[in-house]
Amino acid sequence: MTTASRPFVPRAVGTPRPRPEGPQKVRGTARYAVETADTDALYLFPVQAAVTRGRVTAIDTSAAEALDGVVAVLTHENAPRLAREADADHGVLQSATIHQHGQYLAAVLATSSETAREAAALVSVTCVEEPHAAVLDEDSPDLYAPGSLVVGATDDTRGDPEAALAAAEVTLRRTYRTPMEHHQPLEPHSTVARWDGERLVLHDATQAVSWTRQAMAAAFGIEESAVDVVSAHVGGGFGSKGGTHPNTVLTALAARAVPGRSVRYALTRQQMFDLVGHRPATVQHVALGSDREGRLTAITHDVVTQGSRISEFVEPAAAFSRGMYAAAARRTTHRTVPLDIGTPTFMRAPGEAPGSFAGESAMDELAIELGTDPVELRLRNEPDVDPETGRPFSSRNLVACLRRGAERFGWADRDPAPRARLVDGWWHGTGVAAASFPVVRFPGSEATIRAAGSGVYEVEIAAADIGQGARAALTAIAADALEVPVERIDLRIGDTAYGAAGPAGGSAGTTSWGATIVEAAERFRDKYGDDPDDGDEADAATPDNPWASDYAMHAYGAHFVEVAVHADTGEIRVPRMLGVFAAGRIVNPLTARSQFLGGMTWGLSAALHEESVLDDRFGHVVNRDLAGYHVATNADVGTVDVEWLDEDDPYVNPMGTKGIGEIGIVGVAAAVANAAHHATGVRVRSLPITLDAFLE
Amino acid sequence: MKVDVSLTVDGRHHRLAVDTRTTVLDALREHLDVTSPKKGCDHGQCGACTVLLDGRRTLSCLSLACAHDGAEITTADGLAPDGELHPVAQAFLDHDAYQCGYCTPGQICSAVGMLAEAAAGAPSIVSGDLTAPVDLDRAEIAERLSGNLCRCGAYAHIVDAVSEVAP
Amino acid sequence: MKPFAYERPDDAARAVATVAADTGAVFLAGGTNLVDHLRLGIAAPSTLVDVTGLTSAEITDLPDGGLRIGAGVRNADLAADERVRRRYPALAQALLAGASGQLRNMATTGGNLLQRTRCSYFQDLTTPCNKREPGAGCAALEGWARHHAVLGATHEPAGVACVATHPSDMAVALVALDAQVHVLGPDGERTVPAGRLHRLPGDDPARDTVLAHGELITAVDLPPSAIAARSAYRKVRDRASFAFALVSVAAALDVDAGGTVRDARIALGGVAHVPWRATAAEQALVGGPATDDAFRAAARAELVDARPVESPRGGTAFKLPLVTATLAATLRDLAVREETA
Repeated sequence: MTTASRPFVPRAVGTPRPRPEGPQKVRGTARYAVETADTDALYLFPVQAAVTRGRVTAIDTSAAEALDGVVAVLTHENAPRLAREADADHGVLQSATIHQHGQYLAAVLATSSETAREAAALVSVTCVEEPHAAVLDEDSPDLYAPGSLVVGATDDTRGDPEAALAAAEVTLRRTYRTPMEHHQPLEPHSTVARWDGERLVLHDATQAVSWTRQAMAAAFGIEESAVDVVSAHVGGGFGSKGGTHPNTVLTALAARAVPGRSVRYALTRQQMFDLVGHRPATVQHVALGSDREGRLTAITHDVVTQGSRISEFVEPAAAFSRGMYAAAARRTTHRTVPLDIGTPTFMRAPGEAPGSFAGESAMDELAIELGTDPVELRLRNEPDVDPETGRPFSSRNLVACLRRGAERFGWADRDPAPRARLVDGWWHGTGVAAASFPVVRFPGSEATIRAAGSGVYEVEIAAADIGQGARAALTAIAADALEVPVERIDLRIGDTAYGAAGPAGGSAGTTSWGATIVEAAERFRDKYGDDPDDGDEADAATPDNPWASDYAMHAYGAHFVEVAVHADTGEIRVPRMLGVFAAGRIVNPLTARSQFLGGMTWGLSAALHEESVLDDRFGHVVNRDLAGYHVATNADVGTVDVEWLDEDDPYVNPMGTKGIGEIGIVGVAAAVANAAHHATGVRVRSLPITLDAFLE
Repeated sequence: MKVDVSLTVDGRHHRLAVDTRTTVLDALREHLDVTSPKKGCDHGQCGACTVLLDGRRTLSCLSLACAHDGAEITTADGLAPDGELHPVAQAFLDHDAYQCGYCTPGQICSAVGMLAEAAAGAPSIVSGDLTAPVDLDRAEIAERLSGNLCRCGAYAHIVDAVSEVAP
Repeated sequence: MKPFAYERPDDAARAVATVAADTGAVFLAGGTNLVDHLRLGIAAPSTLVDVTGLTSAEITDLPDGGLRIGAGVRNADLAADERVRRRYPALAQALLAGASGQLRNMATTGGNLLQRTRCSYFQDLTTPCNKREPGAGCAALEGWARHHAVLGATHEPAGVACVATHPSDMAVALVALDAQVHVLGPDGERTVPAGRLHRLPGDDPARDTVLAHGELITAVDLPPSAIAARSAYRKVRDRASFAFALVSVAAALDVDAGGTVRDARIALGGVAHVPWRATAAEQALVGGPATDDAFRAAARAELVDARPVESPRGGTAFKLPLVTATLAATLRDLAVREETA
């Protein structure tokens, strides 16, 4: 909660409202990063390593430089030096060492995109190759326990789980696998960079202009105030545009060579598989101990995940099992095998997405083992307090989601027998899975509110709209905080000119920025009342949540899906999905539905399609385009129902929001696998679920 | 190697000298500053660059500008006069059939082209009877728009929007 | 992408003469595969010779009751043609199962036949490929092999190995329907059966077809065929739409009143370097009962010499039961349809 003295009364919040930028987006006139470039901007095209580990021994750029229209060719031999503070991922063109396939080895600047690309192909690179590792092997001698996770401890043990498993009336031990996946936002990562003296001006496709600014300041050894980052419209992010990747550093580095002139670089789709992060593959060992009535006595969830030698990112997949169900004994662990590949990163519901596939598949397997309905099994293991922290829940409506979903889906009529419903040559089945996602608040946002005359308020915050609908949502929050109609809010986002701000990530954007805006509105009204003079201005930073250490805060959900598997060919379809969510107050019902729907579609896509095939002989992803790396098409999606339960949580923040960007994906893959088992009797414990699993 | 081409884009006539390697997409985006069609994959695998070329939905990323001298191109920005919206675009707004907006102009051009194809009686692979009149139910719309990927996952809303406009 | 010249000759003969005389020249039609390859660096021609408008874009009735499809007919127009839909439904379905609405508006009949494999190692200049660079080796053999061949592939020796598949759906239907391909070369015209247009990799995987450099497809003839009206195309893929086939079947079936197969036409997609005419399966079926067991036995007869790729990164062994299942399902549907007709 904030220092707020006035209660936040939702008026605009909770009312469906189209996106203010909608008319521009449907016409295509909203400008994304690279579309802001001026006409004399130079095109950058990189030269990438074709080996996975080794050293550049010679690099010949003469043929490229000889080409008409080529302005410069940068290599590690002539590129400007970066500051020592640069992140390990960002040491672009600083040495001859090759850490990964696809690493940038040179960059061509030219006056046309065609020339830049042609010239890049003329750069001749000679390398010595060294042995590399690019396969996730649980028995690797390099396997290690990371120091910590992004959230929470690497390992967490309560009680004596092995003893509890040994003593349990029913014990289930299973191994689940999830593949490497790539975000692949439809807008490729892209940057326009220009140096005005010692000032760096960037237009960047980013989920966090402030984070990009920090990364650039560190990379170039300049003050953050010397970096401007603008990102008005972002064509999807899903985590890959959260952190700053080598492409942005490369573009800014190359721009150093042509002071005062813009350099533009949009990645090719193929490059999107090399350099901008991925969700790492996991192997997950889950064990559940239970009594005959289905009350869990032990849960263990041990994860081995693929990492990178360049820098550490650990997929926190076991964290999902720390809070879902009551059990006296519990162990969750994470181990990583560092490989010679690019660094993994956050991808929509990091941890929860792969972790819930294992955890919620195992619950289904246990329900079958016990002969208990899988909804009922989950109800029986509802905890009174958060199993991880021992704190009470600020609100937890998983049970209500499961019950409401079961009712709406028609679950009561379900015959649990597998392989029992053949309709027109397709085996049909239904499945359920539960979902949760933590309520996150990023510190460090700043908001400014200014009276602009005629009753209009300018509200500035360096938030990002990556498609979640920040403009509509924050406008509504600002209007309610100032108790004025939305028409009187002039919201400005996507620019470091508006100060620091947390990312559009962690399902925390609306919560973090909204709480900051509410705080600024409080201060504004305290200072100037409700009839301010033109130019009156107040600002605020993100307030701490005073309840943060008193309550466990999560959103919850339940997924119900129907699956059909062709009796001959094994083709798998998902004709029907239902998601019921309890995720705090919904700010904009129109766009919120899209977020839940989008998350569920992601879940479906992960369940059936997505897999980056890392060919360890070469060290790179070989299905490196959108024909090879399948994401769901329109035809893969059947009817998708979304419902949310009203939830009034006074502890999360003044608006009562919990975050809805990621929970839609959590649990979907398990629900699909569970339904596929119900349809066919075949249990698939490895994603994606493809037709070969069902062939006889 | 440069060649002169003339293109009519959203009703405006342009004459330009382009590299033979320049695609219609790059001619629009890089030479004419028409950025409504988007570059998503540059290989015909995502549909974000869809425009109406001589009235048919076409992937501008796989079309060389030099091979389309004299072409008439309509982007999502040219479907309706300034200040107005094409009914398909309006339906996208009403149903929130988009999130990040990057695939959206291509989706809308594709939908407009698709509706014309269906009106002319073209079947799809999910049409049970290839010779029966087209009934644009949800499955038909979804199949016919499957050349347009939406990574935000707005498909169900896209089908809602197009259903509203479909006959 | 290397620079290239662009030419648009006045007629097909001149286009053929231009390409035949210049090893660096290639034909450009719909561009959906060539532009893709230019950008990937797989193709680096010095001249593009645009044949758009130089071959017919019409579908005409032949005196014998067949159809002539101009090489310039777009896939969408071919699929939508009333005569094709009624008389050659497998062809309409194959076209509609391919690519996307936009691509079908662009791709031509001639170009579709000549599209090259989508093997990811062929498309990736950093991995060895005998088709792209003869003698370099085949990365697909021990690679990601989900889309690779199980019939007629070359597994050894390493310098010529190739397990690529032909990606066209349309071509599979044309092979099953006994289409004839008209070709114009510098020395005049010739006709090649669709089933002999493509070639197995043998010891020269770089060559996809029997056409010589400079030969241009001008038209495709569909012969009159009663059985073709009872044909279907079934495509099995990893997505519900917009994906290449794992396995596909183009089939036509004629069953007599007693339930005995009088005639059958079958071609398979996704299994070989060519659209694969399943003659062994056809022979196994004719004269036998139109039963599920017989359909499956016919598939097994076709697969006697099948050799899947056994790769640690996912092999193609699954394609054998998938061919059997898909063929059985397709033939069963055709038999039922005939019964109810």
